[in-house]
Amino acid sequence: MSEAVTKAGPVASAHSHATSRNYLNHDKRLKSWLLTVDHKRIGLMYMVSVSTAFLAAGVLALLVRAELLTPGETLMGPDTYNQLFSLHGILMVFLFIIPSIPAVLGNFVLPLQLGAKDVAFPRLNLASYYIYLIGGVIALMALLVGKVDTGWTFYTPYSSRVGTSVLFLTTGVFVMGFSSILTGLNFIVTIHKMRAPGLTWNRLPLFVWSIYATSIVQVLATPVIGITMVLLFMERLLGIGIFDPALGGDPVLFQHFFWFYSHPAVYIMILPAFGVISDLIGTFSRHEVQGYKFVALSSVAIAFLGFLVWGHHMFVSGQSAISSIIFSLITYLIGIPTGVKVLNWVGTMYRGSVWLQTPMLYALAFLFLFSIGGFTGVMLGVLAIDVHLHDTYFVVAHFHYVMMGGTVIAALGGLHYWWPKITGKMYNETLGRIAVALIFVGFNVTFFTQFVLGSQGMPRRYYGYLPEFQSLHALSTYGSWILAFGLFLVLFYLLYSLFRGKQAPSNPWGALTLEWTNATSPPDPHNFIRTPVVTRGPYDFHKAPELFGNGHAGDGAPVTTAGDPSAAPKPKA
Amino acid sequence: MGDKGTVWLPEAISSIAPEVDSLFYFVLWTSTVIFVAVMVAMTYFAFRYRRRNASEVPPVVHESRILEMAWIVIPTILVLIVFTWGFRVFVKLNVAPGDAYQIQVRAKQWLWEYQYPNGTTSISDLYVPIGRPVRLVMSSEDVLHSFFVPSFRVKQDVLPNRYSSVWFEATREGTYQIFCTEYCGTQHSGMLGKVIVQKEADFQDWLSSAGAGDMTPEEYGELLFGQNNCKVCHSIDGSRLVGPSMQGLFGREEQLEGGGSVVADENYLRESILVPSAKVVATYSNAMPATFTSLNAQQLDALIAYIKTLQ
Repeated sequence: MSEAVTKAGPVASAHSHATSRNYLNHDKRLKSWLLTVDHKRIGLMYMVSVSTAFLAAGVLALLVRAELLTPGETLMGPDTYNQLFSLHGILMVFLFIIPSIPAVLGNFVLPLQLGAKDVAFPRLNLASYYIYLIGGVIALMALLVGKVDTGWTFYTPYSSRVGTSVLFLTTGVFVMGFSSILTGLNFIVTIHKMRAPGLTWNRLPLFVWSIYATSIVQVLATPVIGITMVLLFMERLLGIGIFDPALGGDPVLFQHFFWFYSHPAVYIMILPAFGVISDLIGTFSRHEVQGYKFVALSSVAIAFLGFLVWGHHMFVSGQSAISSIIFSLITYLIGIPTGVKVLNWVGTMYRGSVWLQTPMLYALAFLFLFSIGGFTGVMLGVLAIDVHLHDTYFVVAHFHYVMMGGTVIAALGGLHYWWPKITGKMYNETLGRIAVALIFVGFNVTFFTQFVLGSQGMPRRYYGYLPEFQSLHALSTYGSWILAFGLFLVLFYLLYSLFRGKQAPSNPWGALTLEWTNATSPPDPHNFIRTPVVTRGPYDFHKAPELFGNGHAGDGAPVTTAGDPSAAPKPKA
Repeated sequence: MGDKGTVWLPEAISSIAPEVDSLFYFVLWTSTVIFVAVMVAMTYFAFRYRRRNASEVPPVVHESRILEMAWIVIPTILVLIVFTWGFRVFVKLNVAPGDAYQIQVRAKQWLWEYQYPNGTTSISDLYVPIGRPVRLVMSSEDVLHSFFVPSFRVKQDVLPNRYSSVWFEATREGTYQIFCTEYCGTQHSGMLGKVIVQKEADFQDWLSSAGAGDMTPEEYGELLFGQNNCKVCHSIDGSRLVGPSMQGLFGREEQLEGGGSVVADENYLRESILVPSAKVVATYSNAMPATFTSLNAQQLDALIAYIKTLQ
């Protein structure tokens, strides 16, 4: 190979990295962070906020589980307990999981994967972040004003009776909704208008497709929860009956409005996770993701169909039997493309080159845990079975398997995958693997027991319980300690890597998407020296030898120095 | 867990429970088989195709069209089977037999109150006869609640602005747990009860003892006085409300509206409860509703016994 070392684009070599100018070190003033319009810095700020919410809500979960060690009072009285589980849900849903992957990884990675300099509306992006923060602060002020023990779903009329603290909460949710809507809008425009030359829709990384589908849901669904919050306010302030039967309203109407948003919201939570898993499995199997078109288009289909199933949260609410039947049927039909995606991911590994690094271990854990979540979702969708299982621990276990075993595991996998790109450092791989094992075991012990608790009849949101459920509750609590230990271990070694981690090369994983092939670790403030020109797919690993040259197929292969004009990618078609 | 239940489910004590259970196990085991197959494949591929050297580039694999069709079509068929089966059982769960024995249920923070066709009421514990369909017609006096009996596999939310209903036919005598399963405040987890399933004869005995159980007539009367909200209009401490105070009433001579007088004896009290407009006390209005005709003889006796104690 007498040609120049690489055709993968102008990227600084690993050695000159440490001192080179990048988005983290080019301006260190506080103002440059607080008023940044750099999508990478905004993504990082979201990471800090979202992780803080996750930590706080996680501690609340540990307290809730600790109380449940014994059937009666263990650490606290019922009022405190009811507030703790409510706050756990509120922080986790609104301050952590809905923003999580889109606002952190989406913000950071999306423009890079598109070969763009930033998102379409950088200032709007910063505004989204501050709107999220302000909304979060308003919601938390509810704690100062009074008690919030309505659960994160704040069904009426109980929530109407609770007092003004609920109004702070609803206002906070209303404000945070705008962050979600504006980010979604920003991403849709970015994907449509700012793709690099040659980056056709069929060459988009699947992470981008998933962010696209998520953004559609964010823009269409979030206004509904906003309006619902406004209606709650109007009912309280003007005394008009909408949801409160004491004023002539209908409490089931609240449930319809609430779930009309909150069901699509769970697709906001899981679609980006699917995108992360696609990129992880593709890269770490060194194979194009099997069924690329199906996986891409089914994400968009799920985004739209997700608006038609909200009633499956309401089978025993008093909603008509006919509606329940229709919602049940559509719920199954959405389950099928999701299941096929899992089969496609497993199929991607077939005859691939599987590299069991930490991100891939997270991807495998996802396949296991999300599948259980998915199958139990089908069980809950069966009308006759849901009558028994609704509002029991079975539902709690199901949604933790999909939201935590799904989204959080995928987020952790994505975090580990893109950590070198975001920070320029490598974390300790051995600790990474130990943490995955602890999290996987801890998670299953905590939550699988809850399926059994639920099918045996144990209701959810219960402070006290019958003695016959104690051994399962205790086992679940012990599991939560293992899970917490694993998560704290992750926090520890990731923070440690910032100070003592090895310098990361531009492309430690041998991936083929633009953030890896054409940007340094960490990237330049403007991402690319020049706009990449794309002439291949995102997972065309069979072209890796020509792309990376020197007999390398990635894996930390050194590439040319920055500014090399001959280094625009010119692979054979 | 019940002693005859399984790992997953409590004992099946209603006529519909075995059907729900069969469906549950079908979906559970089908899911488990598919799940295990996919996980075995995943684990096998992860090891069999693990990366052996840094620069290996695996061959491009073209997905088999047959496999793709199969894994869309087969799950769709399975899902439609499960849906249809679930739909049928759901219809049975929702449609009570026409001859079902109806019991009213009133939920309030934080207890269940049941009223039987003969006017008997019970709190927390629901008495039902075995082998007969029972239909519960339920409403809430405050917030959302939900009535759940795991052993019967039935559940229905209880709403404050309308009636909802649930039905079951108990197939074994015994005592079975009732839970509230819609968060309703501080004592949500304490809003419990028991379904007490009895042979028809025992149930009828219980019913005709008006649910007094072990209470003395005076205690039972006090309970009824509270349950029927008599206190709203008739104080027990002498103060004048909408109606005369019960304190010291028994044996007193009362002047009547429109002239005449009467001694407030057992017959007077009984008549005033059942036909309030017959002998209205002077200076009071004819405001007492005539809705207490559903009280049976034992209940009337108990109320009178209680009123006698209020001196």
